[in-house]
Amino acid sequence: MKKDIILCGVGGQGILSIATIIGEAATEAGINLKQAEVHGMSQRGGDVQSNLRLSTENIYSDLIPQGGADVVISMEPMESLRYLPYLAKTGTIVTSSKPFVNIPNYPDEAALMAELDSMPSVVKLDIESVAKDAGNVRGANMVLLGMAAPFIEILTVEQLRKAISVIFARKGEAIVEANLKAFDMGVEASKK
Amino acid sequence: MKQLLLGDEAIALGAINAGLSGVYAYPGTPSTEITEFIQTNKVAQERGIHSRWCTNEKTAMEAALGMSYAGKRALVCMKHVGMNVCADAFVNSAITGVNGGLIVLAADDPSMHSSQNEQDSRFYGKFALIPVFEPSNQQEAYDMVASAFELSESMKVPVLLRIVTRLAHSRAAVEVGELGAENKLNPSTDQWVLLPGIARKKYVDLLGKQEAFQQASEKSAYNKKETANGQKLGIIACGIAYNYVKENVGDDANILKVSQYPLSPKVIRAFAEENDAILVVEDGQPVVEEAIAGMVGADYPIKGRLTGDLPRTGELTPDCVAKALGKPAGPAFDNAKNLAGRPPQLCQGCGHRDVYAALNQVLAEYPDYRVFGDIGCYTLGALPPFKALSSCVDMGASITMAKGAADAGLFPAVAIIGDSTFTHSGMTGLLDAVNDKSNITVVISDNLTTGMTGGQDSAGTNKFEAICLGLGVEPEHVRVVVPLPKNMPEITRILKEEIEYNGVSVIIPRRECIQTAARHARERAKQQK
Repeated sequence: MKKDIILCGVGGQGILSIATIIGEAATEAGINLKQAEVHGMSQRGGDVQSNLRLSTENIYSDLIPQGGADVVISMEPMESLRYLPYLAKTGTIVTSSKPFVNIPNYPDEAALMAELDSMPSVVKLDIESVAKDAGNVRGANMVLLGMAAPFIEILTVEQLRKAISVIFARKGEAIVEANLKAFDMGVEASKK
Repeated sequence: MKQLLLGDEAIALGAINAGLSGVYAYPGTPSTEITEFIQTNKVAQERGIHSRWCTNEKTAMEAALGMSYAGKRALVCMKHVGMNVCADAFVNSAITGVNGGLIVLAADDPSMHSSQNEQDSRFYGKFALIPVFEPSNQQEAYDMVASAFELSESMKVPVLLRIVTRLAHSRAAVEVGELGAENKLNPSTDQWVLLPGIARKKYVDLLGKQEAFQQASEKSAYNKKETANGQKLGIIACGIAYNYVKENVGDDANILKVSQYPLSPKVIRAFAEENDAILVVEDGQPVVEEAIAGMVGADYPIKGRLTGDLPRTGELTPDCVAKALGKPAGPAFDNAKNLAGRPPQLCQGCGHRDVYAALNQVLAEYPDYRVFGDIGCYTLGALPPFKALSSCVDMGASITMAKGAADAGLFPAVAIIGDSTFTHSGMTGLLDAVNDKSNITVVISDNLTTGMTGGQDSAGTNKFEAICLGLGVEPEHVRVVVPLPKNMPEITRILKEEIEYNGVSVIIPRRECIQTAARHARERAKQQK
């Protein structure tokens, strides 16, 4: 079994934390993993992405081929569309529905949403509002991970929860609980 | 034990466990994380392994050679263009030879994710006539460090370890070995004095080792041949390219995996004889593709980047390799319609923004002005909304290009350079300008850090006024300002005064990078708890 995931967003939105948690869960579960990250220049408010490959078999390429991604997990709706050529025809987009506008030529929002909705499999949610409701404004990325959890399949929701506990453990029990709550709300949201 | 490590981290840990005594480096994407890992590693701290940042790649290379002279194992890390900066020391270190193991790590950046060119460091290995290692994955990156140190010590030459961005910044599980001992202090008793008479002899010695280097790569466990039934295309897969090939063909191809150089003509010729044609898959420039043409005969069909079977530029992908292998593309969605580029930009609240706002305001009065830029976050001032720069070439070129343009009569000639870039390669150019009394205005935009690579210590912090005065800039023309919107009247007034001064002026806008300021605030809060 394999799962190829593209994580994306805008520099500073916390996609690497999502990658770290999936990485921890995969390592704990004994699943092979390769995760290509973007460091350096593009982190400054530009588009960022990470190719995350999980498999029970040997993984060669650090990069996912076009048409190969099972899931695109995006912190920003336009950014989720940037990787369409990489999404498998049967793949799913899990994205925040709230645009992050830091460029003058951001596309028309209605047209953008219409294009997103025209995709065969899309889950979108205003993750920032959900995180806020959960009392954890910085936990939007955990809400997103929760939304994506049912599509990751190769890892269980429970394995991901455990990884969150491990990764945030050094920041204290309160932070762990807040992030687990945000994650659980994401899981619930994707069931709807 | 298995650990999840970036390629960079695998190299760092491999070096520590192989008995490293010092890493010498200047930050540069994608190599930075190697030194950062060693700086924060517990064993490295306990052992007192040297890991402080160097002023530039040349000082790093020379210090590492000195540590090698003293008998200990040293690692020099840099991005590919850093090889140009340290080339003098690097090439000559092959002539002096080494004592303690010496690895030069060059992190190439095909596709120029964070760079200004795509040069392939394997050329430097060939140029200096030394062995080159090129890992295909994180595990090999870890293992090769120990192998490279051993080869370096047994052959008495530096060894080049070449990686690419995709390996440097990709994570995978790595089987980590035991911690080994450091070498003891054991200074060389050889002559390392490269006077012509000695250098000629040492050069002959180096040439004499080439056969042994070749035999080492023939015997290397990192190089191997895979044979499939009925296949007549031979694929030479170098370094990380091996993964893209395997992703596409699995075990169903004739593959010659190359991860240690120099190439062996004997092995290449045998591989050519077993196949009807060769496809060379290599990330970077067509180094091997060119080299094997001289080994297999003019009529032998070779395919690769030079023939257009693979793209001439950019990093390899599983898709372009699939195409070169004649595999049809699978079903995929087209590009989205509602999509705009999102280039990187200066952070909101960054001091460089205020510097550019002031510069643009003042220079608007001068129709013929040019601003010569340099390498760092502030290069983003070339993009909208500032569009402030006319050039950005290499570390330090802002000052010297402004000087040359001023020599030609251009006015006003303004240079903008960051604090870390100034100490890296700007100081010598400033001395030239002072000695020539060139009519230039130099802005050292000092954010107290090496910002672009993530906030590493900057070699000249707290020393810039002293450096400028020491180089001979007149005290009344060394001006310090604080780049904040509220100080705009003062900054623009000073800029105008110094542009009008016919000679060298240095303006130092100084305010801490907002990223490192936030990090320092978090660290202080943590300590108070």
